[in-house]
Amino acid sequence: MMSMLGPHAVFIVAAYAIALVVLLGLVAWVLIDRRQLARSLDELQARGITRRSQQGRQP
Amino acid sequence: MLAAPRDGATTSGEPQMALIDLANPTRFLALTQRLLPWLTAATLVVLAAGLYLSATAPDDYQQGATVKIMFLHVPSAWLAMAIWGLMSLAALGTLVWRHPLADVAGKAAVPIGAAFTLICLVTGSLWGRPTWGTYWVWDARLTSVLVLFIMYLAVMTLWRTIDDPSRAARAAAVLTLVGTINLPIIKFSVDWWNTLHQPASVLRAGGPTIDPSLLWPLLVMALAFLLMFITLHLAVMRNEILRRRVRTLSLMKAEAATA
Repeated sequence: MMSMLGPHAVFIVAAYAIALVVLLGLVAWVLIDRRQLARSLDELQARGITRRSQQGRQP
Repeated sequence: MLAAPRDGATTSGEPQMALIDLANPTRFLALTQRLLPWLTAATLVVLAAGLYLSATAPDDYQQGATVKIMFLHVPSAWLAMAIWGLMSLAALGTLVWRHPLADVAGKAAVPIGAAFTLICLVTGSLWGRPTWGTYWVWDARLTSVLVLFIMYLAVMTLWRTIDDPSRAARAAAVLTLVGTINLPIIKFSVDWWNTLHQPASVLRAGGPTIDPSLLWPLLVMALAFLLMFITLHLAVMRNEILRRRVRTLSLMKAEAATA
């Protein structure tokens, strides 16, 4: 594969590898952030703290 | 004076536009929940097609296989500028209409824009070494894109520095609008100054100068990157809305503890 990319294969592979790392890092940050926020929200609601707009809907 | 329409009806009796409904964060979250799986699937399909077309595209007669770096570099450069443009529109929404969802849209776009600008700079540098014989040169195009990256970092830092989201949003909006001056400088830098970077070859008057065998993979990769941005932007906006809810509930908890 590398030989098909010619004498500058290392530059091409490095460009794609770095782009992949940056984009996967971004996706991982979004997913981890989402999980932490959902956990915090669940903990607060479990303690009976809800938004004012939801307080009227409490049983 | 006309009476204000009530119960979601306009003065003509028609239902209100769905776009207005999106301004409600709860409805926005519900819509995001439905859209994100489809957008993720569309992104992966178009990205797979783009990567296949990029891998099988012919070599350039001058640059050889290094032209494959273009399929990453150009779409990320377009997005780096377009995302700042979107942030500028959101900044107007913050300063003129003071809409909280505009704050959220602006803030959510910053890390994604910074990531695409970083990809643009790094891939450009890796393309420059075999093509120009240097990783970096302080010409107008490269320097103005580096300034764009620093501006993204500055806006990100500003958001982290100010605790109150509405105050942070106004400060970030002003900085974003100031940074918008850089967009035409980036676009026209290759025309205004003598640069090592080539002039525009796709988005130009008179049409693209790239051979269709290289243009199509580039356009498919650009569509894949655009879909990726839309997907990530909606996901980060959803996180930001949840972050504000956590903040509000934490403040309520603190108030309840001191009462």
